[in-house]
Amino acid sequence: MKLEITGLTFSYGTKSIISGLDFSLEEGEFVSILGPSGCGKSTVLKLLTGVLKADGGSVFLDGKEVKDRGACFAYMPQNDLLFPWKNILDNVCLYGRIHGQQEQMKAEAMARFPIFGLEGYEKAYPSALSGGMRQRAAFLRTSLMPASVMLLDEPFGALDVITRGQMQDWLLSMRESLNRTVLLVTHDMDEAIYLSDRILIMGQAPSSSVRQILVEEPQANRTRDWLYGQSSLRRQIYHEISRMGEAL
Amino acid sequence: MENCKDKLIPAGVIGVLLLLWEGAVRLFDIPLYVLPSPLAVVERMVAERSVLTAHSLVTVGEALGGIFISLVLAMALGMLMDAFSLIRRGLYPVLVVTQTVPMIVLAPILIIYMGFGLAPKILTVVLMCFFPIAVSFTDGMGQVDEEYVNLVRSFGAGRWKIYPLVKIPAAVPSLLSGLKVAATYSITGAVVGEWIGAQQGLGYYLIRVKNGYMLDKVFAAVVVIIFLSLCMNGFITLLGRIVLPYAGKQK
Ligand SMILES: Nc1ncnc2c1ncn2[C@@H]1O[C@H](COP(=O)(O)OP(=O)(O)OP(=O)(O)O)[C@@H](O)[C@H]1O
Ligand SMILES: [Mg+2]
Repeated sequence: MKLEITGLTFSYGTKSIISGLDFSLEEGEFVSILGPSGCGKSTVLKLLTGVLKADGGSVFLDGKEVKDRGACFAYMPQNDLLFPWKNILDNVCLYGRIHGQQEQMKAEAMARFPIFGLEGYEKAYPSALSGGMRQRAAFLRTSLMPASVMLLDEPFGALDVITRGQMQDWLLSMRESLNRTVLLVTHDMDEAIYLSDRILIMGQAPSSSVRQILVEEPQANRTRDWLYGQSSLRRQIYHEISRMGEAL
Repeated sequence: MENCKDKLIPAGVIGVLLLLWEGAVRLFDIPLYVLPSPLAVVERMVAERSVLTAHSLVTVGEALGGIFISLVLAMALGMLMDAFSLIRRGLYPVLVVTQTVPMIVLAPILIIYMGFGLAPKILTVVLMCFFPIAVSFTDGMGQVDEEYVNLVRSFGAGRWKIYPLVKIPAAVPSLLSGLKVAATYSITGAVVGEWIGAQQGLGYYLIRVKNGYMLDKVFAAVVVIIFLSLCMNGFITLLGRIVLPYAGKQK
């Protein structure tokens, strides 16, 4: 689905965080948002999901404005936020539980456990899983939502470097089968380069404009070695970030 | 090992105290109507076991009824207080104040309104148990990480679905600790209610034997009350193990 955002505006009390932000995602595109801490990246995702109410602006999915945002987007917060009192299977079927289709969803979830590297952990409680597994479980929960646009808020931010790398490889390999439009928020320049078709760079709050950088390499050709060779992209991103800073 | 020690020490202290008590009663030849010896109390408990059991059943029934009503009321009110801050700000202070009214004063008034049946006893229990349950439940829900609520909302859950999905399960550990306190009070609450006016129950038994200066029976009833209170507490602990199977596996 094509996602279009125009004039998004939000402030916490008198503190303006986002003012008149515009950007859009094409159908099936993987876009990353990079930006310094506190610039309002998480806020953008929360505004999209409707957790926060925007002061102004509109959101369009395939050209149609969406007002009621409940379950419009498949959202994954930074922390896994698995319920400690539910086993993994029940946790990942949260959407089914809310919308009264738990049994169907369970069957679907069971089929996906092996792909997500969680086979055999259906009945385990989250406390018995490693950080990477918990993150994959949270991702499975999000991917079981029917919404065709995924919003991922630093999904691997809490993981160690090695696990994070594995998760990035895994996500890259999953992209085809996920078949979704993805908006990924991250701090990590390499993660953005490695995974996305396009990188949006947000400036310090109150951010109103984004710069964008295309990553043109076809997904099938992307390897760690390819990533290590992308110093010109890195330089370009860094350049944009400092330009956004100066614009203030 | 450490756990075992933790239990042995208080048991030892109680044992020594009982021995001193028994010894003192024998040594100074203290009459029964002043202070019965522990052995005399035990003898009396055995002799009166069927009477004590019958009265205990009544008291336990009132206590359980009171706890159940308290639990339902506390959860309903807790959710209302959580959902509407106006209700919370209006009611919370009132709840705290009601807690300072001595039950022994309130119980006779309840009897005037409600007669000598079960109702005033159960209400006494409710008045004692409601507060710890409501407070622990409300606090437990208040401490839920807002991020969980946001997550569930982004999955399309409406305002009231948040309670069964997130807030109530997250508040269960806190609710259980409040229930434990309440359960321990509940027997005493029922006894106080019976004390003021009843035809059966441990409170009624207590007042009858006290008026007859049968101190061994008074002590026997007190021991039963302590035992039942501990049982109620243990019952909630057990319930906790059943409803929180994940808690033991937490890292
Ligand atoms: N509840 C709140 N009340 C007031 N201000 C807030 C609140 N939450 C966030 N902010 C402010 O909003 C701004 C944007 O926050 P946001 O979480 O969107 O940043 P971010 O870009 O996601 O940062 P990070 O990369 O550290 O996650 C920050 O400056 C923060 O101080
Ligand atoms: Mg953030």
